[in-house]
Amino acid sequence: MMFAPAPYLLKDVSVSQVMTQVCIALVPGIAAYAWLVGPAILAQIVIASLAALLAEALMLRIQGKPLAMFLSDGSAVVTAWLIALAFPPLAPWWLVVTGTVFAIVVAKQLYGGLGQNPFNPAMIAFAVCIVAFPALMSQWPSVGLQLSLVDQMNVILGFMPRVDALSGATPLDAMKTALKLGEGSVDVAHLLANQDIYGNFAGRGWEWVAVGYLLGGLWMLQRKLITWHVPTAFIGALVAISGALWLYNPAQFASPLFHLFSGAAMLGAFFIATDPVSGCTTPRGKLIFGAGCGLLAYIIRVFGGYPDGVAFAVLLLNLCAPVIDLLTQPPIFGMKDKA
Amino acid sequence: MLMNLFKFKGGVKPPTNKTQSVTLPIAQAPLPSRLVVPLHQSIGGVPQPVVQAGDKVLKGQLIGEADGWISAAVHAPTSGTVLEVAMHVQPHPSGLDAMCVVIEPDGKDEWIERQPFDYANAAPEAVREYLQQSGVVGLGGAVFPTHGKLTPSKTVPMEELVINGAECEPFITCDDLLMRERAEEVVRGIGIFRDLLQPKKVLIGIEDNKPEAAAAMRAAVDALGESFSVVPVPTLYPAGGAKQLIRVLTGKEVPASKRSTDLGVQCFNVATAYTAWRAIAHGEPVVSRLVTLSGNVHAPRNYEVLIGTPMGELLQLAQPHPDTDGIVMGGPMMGFLVPDANVPVVKATNCLIAHSDRIFPPKAPEMPCIRCGSCAQACPHELQPFEMYWFSRAKNFGKTQEYHIFDCIECGCCSFVCPSRIPLVQYFRFAKSEIWAREREKKAADTAKERFEFKQLREEREKAEKAEKLAKAAAAQAAKKAAEAAAAAAAENTDPAAATPPVAETAPSTDATPAVAVDAAQEAKKAAIAAAMARAKAQREAAQPKNTEVLSSAAQHDVADIEARRAAAHLTDPEPGTPPAPASEKAE
Repeated sequence: MMFAPAPYLLKDVSVSQVMTQVCIALVPGIAAYAWLVGPAILAQIVIASLAALLAEALMLRIQGKPLAMFLSDGSAVVTAWLIALAFPPLAPWWLVVTGTVFAIVVAKQLYGGLGQNPFNPAMIAFAVCIVAFPALMSQWPSVGLQLSLVDQMNVILGFMPRVDALSGATPLDAMKTALKLGEGSVDVAHLLANQDIYGNFAGRGWEWVAVGYLLGGLWMLQRKLITWHVPTAFIGALVAISGALWLYNPAQFASPLFHLFSGAAMLGAFFIATDPVSGCTTPRGKLIFGAGCGLLAYIIRVFGGYPDGVAFAVLLLNLCAPVIDLLTQPPIFGMKDKA
Repeated sequence: MLMNLFKFKGGVKPPTNKTQSVTLPIAQAPLPSRLVVPLHQSIGGVPQPVVQAGDKVLKGQLIGEADGWISAAVHAPTSGTVLEVAMHVQPHPSGLDAMCVVIEPDGKDEWIERQPFDYANAAPEAVREYLQQSGVVGLGGAVFPTHGKLTPSKTVPMEELVINGAECEPFITCDDLLMRERAEEVVRGIGIFRDLLQPKKVLIGIEDNKPEAAAAMRAAVDALGESFSVVPVPTLYPAGGAKQLIRVLTGKEVPASKRSTDLGVQCFNVATAYTAWRAIAHGEPVVSRLVTLSGNVHAPRNYEVLIGTPMGELLQLAQPHPDTDGIVMGGPMMGFLVPDANVPVVKATNCLIAHSDRIFPPKAPEMPCIRCGSCAQACPHELQPFEMYWFSRAKNFGKTQEYHIFDCIECGCCSFVCPSRIPLVQYFRFAKSEIWAREREKKAADTAKERFEFKQLREEREKAEKAEKLAKAAAAQAAKKAAEAAAAAAAENTDPAAATPPVAETAPSTDATPAVAVDAAQEAKKAAIAAAMARAKAQREAAQPKNTEVLSSAAQHDVADIEARRAAAHLTDPEPGTPPAPASEKAE
């Protein structure tokens, strides 16, 4: 006689289903990326995924954990995709592999594997690589370049010399550098008129990638894979601070629209800051976490040393998550008047 | 009637699986070959058996007497012979045995003499006692003795009486069918509760997936001219939990630390109201109940079943499929697999589900928690199950209590939604039982310590008392002896200069001893010794020649010489009992 515990009915959900749906939600963004920026991103995703699975398998083997069960959970693949999307699309393959392996081995498995990592592994990969290989990590192709897929692959695999002409600055970087160098003499409107870099409301091409992430994020919200708290707080904080400064001086500070659809803002708001393992879990905690990410991302972008601040913002908030959670415990059923 | 409903947070919507068992009316289950009636069928004291093997019993005859106020009587479910009063395995996940009365039916199903209880002219106290004697307990599953909940709070006015017809667990339809077919008796039973509690409002909550039951109840309420409100509540598990239903109907939240009476609400199951009415109006104690047979069976249906019917035998009525591999008692969310197919139906048995891997697929392996928060969103008590899980797992039970583990009602919503398939409720049960065990241990240790300290105290007191007694006795003895000695000395002593001083010295001290230090054994001993010494001295002096002081020095010298010789002779005299045997033994 068996003594399996209730409940005997279970909802048809699993970790791998959750992770698969996150990947599906990334598809619109990836499609826009491949179409408007460069199909090489697909190759990078494959490279990162393989590296992640291999690293994960190796670490599981060393620890004597069941391989099939954990490889199929999909968490390593999600990490890999986020890394590929966060890295420059023409980054050499070994850079993507280095970042991915570091994320899986150090940031995830050394902390105990699935569910145990205190930091977002993809953002650790980005942070480690941008500190260790700053030059390679800042080589983003200008959208107007129009390399063929074969040429893009040759660049990634190292068969074609990386020439400076290949890379331009990202829209965020270009804006920041120009404003800093211009020291007040250059205004935002003038910069945005450069159609090589900028499109309708943000970086040329990139703006639509961000729209793709937004759509995927809304779909996740609708599927209840994530709650509204983190994205709303993230976007709200980013809009609030960028809007305030833009109203104060529109010539020197770009509009909220520009900031929302540039860099990793949308990816961060819906896919990175919403990572449940390393983020906050209480409703109020999620609001603080999201707002903190949005705020810090803007400050690092505009006043800090890096063109985009989402990675560092998320990692810094990861540090605070346990304390935020502890301080924001919601009152329970029947104890609301006591708080 | 329009009513403002409240919501409770969380909850889940498992497939209800209720339609299978409502197509046919309630049927009477046939008499089983044997009835095993557990004596402990309600929360509280274990009823004492009042029958023994060989006794003939009638249906409804008392077989177990309520033990204390929180306890309810148990009755013979049919007429027959008591085979034994013995331990039998219980429908409980533990699989432990408990005392049962085993009855072999005689097939006549002959009732005791039944008389209605004139409750209109009875004091509330008498009604409550009558219900206790009739074995009326909460039939929703918690089996709390009903009379215990029928006492209104003295300080808080009773606002709402909530009647629970929600029946939110999947598969279970016994309350549904009861309300459809016996609504009038249910409503009359509610009337009794209303009379005893005097609430301002009576609210009957029924999940909106049972429109027939709601309609039947509404019709019965109207027909009887009652002012009860029949309120459809949204179908959302666990809307049938007492606290959730109270929340939905009244907006009041009852925390774990409080009773609903403290908030002016009381809640009863519809089946409880029904049995209360049967007891009052027909003199029928609770000897049967409605049980849903469902799950992996050909013919799901509701049956009126005698308490004590073996579950395996009962389930045959529904024709279980061959791949049935167990019986779940209760619903799939909070029920449990019974340890043995022979366990009896008890008052808490609302549903039997034939278990098979087909309807309840085996759980996929447990994955690590990814803190997705689904459990927290599903928890109707707004707890943070993943935090409690984490600390339960780490055996950090203090932390689980900080996260309010004792507010968990074990509804299973968190386990239901967990994508990692972690059996969260199991972890919480584990943590709770560990905390209870530790508290019991601590209590036991505290009691032992108290007992030890008391024993020490008592021994010390006894010692002191004994010493005091001894001292008194010794002092009395010493005083007596000293007095004797003094008298003797006084009588023999002819030379006051020689004899009086010692006697004079000792006598006052011995005399004073009892008065000054009555309680000191030491003093008494000293006094006794002093008295003895005084006696010896007096004797010695009495035995000494009395003319030596006035002798000449030569005579004194002679006397001294004689004394010396005497002493030497005495010393050198070989002792009579010291032969040189040891030496010779050594030599050999």
